[in-house]
Amino acid sequence: MIPVLAQTGFEQIWDWEVAWDFLPIVARGMFLVTLPATFLGITIAVILGLFLSLLRRSPIRPIRWVTGFVVEFVRSTPLLVQLFFLFYVLPNFGVRMSAFTTLVVGLAVHYGAYTSESYRAGIESVAKGQWEASVALNLSTATKWGRVILPQAIPTVIPALGNYLVAMVKDAPLGVSIGVIGVLGAAVAEASQNFRFVEAYTLVGMLFLAVSIPLAIFARYLETRYGYERT
Amino acid sequence: MDTNAPDDSLRVDAHSDVMVRMRRINKIFGENHVLRDLDLDVAPSEKVVIIGPSGSGKTTILRVIMTLERPNSGTVEIDGRHLYHEPRNGDVVEAGEKHIREVRTDISMVFQHFNLFPHMTALENVTLAPVKVLGLTREEAHERGTDLMKMVGLGDKADHYPAELSGGQKQRVAIARSLAMRPKVMLFDEVTSALDPELVGEVLAVLKDIASQGTMTMMLVTHEMGFAREAADRVLMFDHGQVLEEGTPERLLRDPEHERTRSFLRAVLEH
Amino acid sequence: MLTWNQFSRIALDGGAITISVFVGAAVLGTALALFFGIMGLSTSQLLRRISRVYVEVTRGASAIVLLFFVAFAVPRLLGFRTADVTITLFGNDVGYLFVAGVVALGLNMGGYGAEVVRGGIQSIPRGQTEASISLSLTTGQRLRHVILPQAVMTMLPPYGNLNIEVMKGTALVSLIALADMTFLASNLRNRRILLDDPPETVVIFGVTLILYFIISQAIALFYRGLERRLGGRWFGGGR
Repeated sequence: MIPVLAQTGFEQIWDWEVAWDFLPIVARGMFLVTLPATFLGITIAVILGLFLSLLRRSPIRPIRWVTGFVVEFVRSTPLLVQLFFLFYVLPNFGVRMSAFTTLVVGLAVHYGAYTSESYRAGIESVAKGQWEASVALNLSTATKWGRVILPQAIPTVIPALGNYLVAMVKDAPLGVSIGVIGVLGAAVAEASQNFRFVEAYTLVGMLFLAVSIPLAIFARYLETRYGYERT
Repeated sequence: MDTNAPDDSLRVDAHSDVMVRMRRINKIFGENHVLRDLDLDVAPSEKVVIIGPSGSGKTTILRVIMTLERPNSGTVEIDGRHLYHEPRNGDVVEAGEKHIREVRTDISMVFQHFNLFPHMTALENVTLAPVKVLGLTREEAHERGTDLMKMVGLGDKADHYPAELSGGQKQRVAIARSLAMRPKVMLFDEVTSALDPELVGEVLAVLKDIASQGTMTMMLVTHEMGFAREAADRVLMFDHGQVLEEGTPERLLRDPEHERTRSFLRAVLEH
Repeated sequence: MLTWNQFSRIALDGGAITISVFVGAAVLGTALALFFGIMGLSTSQLLRRISRVYVEVTRGASAIVLLFFVAFAVPRLLGFRTADVTITLFGNDVGYLFVAGVVALGLNMGGYGAEVVRGGIQSIPRGQTEASISLSLTTGQRLRHVILPQAVMTMLPPYGNLNIEVMKGTALVSLIALADMTFLASNLRNRRILLDDPPETVVIFGVTLILYFIISQAIALFYRGLERRLGGRWFGGGR
């Protein structure tokens, strides 16, 4: 069923010159577009997540419920469709963002939902005694949160955040679906022009491994450093 | 406790005059020489209690017999048969897995932390190995298991899961599980140390029952001096990988020879 | 508003592809996870290394890159044309792109799944192994009756989550022009201007999101039910 590649010489499949010319284009895409989008996205996600997790603890029941539902909904649906939604629907309501901005916002919201769950777990893991002691000492809400609860909760969340960073790097290329010319966008553009699919996607894959594996090692280091124990 | 339980579950026939023989056993963990040239003989039906400070290697002795640790050198014989060596072509060589497994069926161990299988009922815990290893039919294993559960006083808990049992009950199930294999030697590794004080008694009662009823060879690592006094034939004081002194419980517990033994006993009894 | 035709095209036709790709990837992914997961615990260092490489590569390469590679680069590498290939699966003829989707997502899932399997088996306390040895069970008996039944319970929650991630990942096949829910939704949006009474874009993608949400929740409920059924009275300690 699959014909043997008898006649095709190696140059037909892999042209080193093409690969070599292609490398800077892909690298530029990765380091100038994909990675910046990722780092912007994770930064916002980390803050957004904290904010969402605090909303989840609001004394006002509707706020808790709506936030909870929104978080669950965002986590249960594909990032790709969320990107389409942001890029094609929002303009109808007057919000027009560039493809790059949409990607960053999409990543931030999607992962903000995930990180809010991590914060929630982290906050809840802070021993009950801490809460009670804060009340007994008559600490203000700001002090209780700022000096007692969060300083203990945040370290437990850091490993999860590291893992989400790694995951986000791998999701950022989805920007190609709304026209972001990052590492994958460059590959698709090149490949559709001169049909050199093998070089294009192999290089992208290699570049990805080169970036995500060190990040994964970093994330694992964060796990050991912050003593994260998965229940 | 049902003392009318059949004691043929505890009757084992020895072929040799020494049930457990350890010769020049050495066990090294990294830099730690835990067992040094250890020689130890246990007679059939003998009840031996091993005491000593932690790190002295006393648990390691049991683990080496149970094949949970392999000795770096030395030999172990169970009822006349080499455990870690086998005869081949007239020579004695290091044993293969098959041989070890065969001799191992004569040995069973009860652990400090019970190690019951949580996904099986108490009775299933007891009957699993007799069916799979000894080849009993389900009915035979069921009968044996039920009798043993009654003997340890848990006849009504057969269908309970370990999560539903107290620590003392779990340990008694663990004992029944080991007995179900009709071993010649039973090893007890600090089996009451993880129990709440009020539950220790029920387990000790079962141990005393086994000790008084049958011909089981028992080796116990424990801090329970009361039990040693009542049920042990011999007490071994273990320290730094070697037997420091040994004797009858009356002699050793009341009038130890070594200062180390004395201070250890003092610390334990004051606890 | 969507007409019934438009809706059923996305939900039923698209849904069928979405679910088929998901099931295919899940089956492949589970098989690979078990295979490489258990290999990762082998006593042979070589086998452990091979397992490690598989896990790192399939996890490190993002699913979309893997997908594009399998869909576009592999045919070039092996010298065939995508359009020429038809594979018959359970009586249905599927194109290469479908296979590419299943393979890419399955490989990716296998990498994550292998870690779940390995973690699950390793999480069983040593005491269980020691008790099995003390009862003279063989290694095979130990795995079958003691270790794996308990490991499965530990593995179910992360495995269930992984399933949901894979299902969401099937949306990627829309980018290689496979007619799943996302593709048909995009397609409808593109065709809007040609229609008499075009549905609002917010409705198109909103409905699509809701469809994915429903499937996600269904999978989550399924696994929760499975956990409850298998767990029953014993899970939660008692060792």
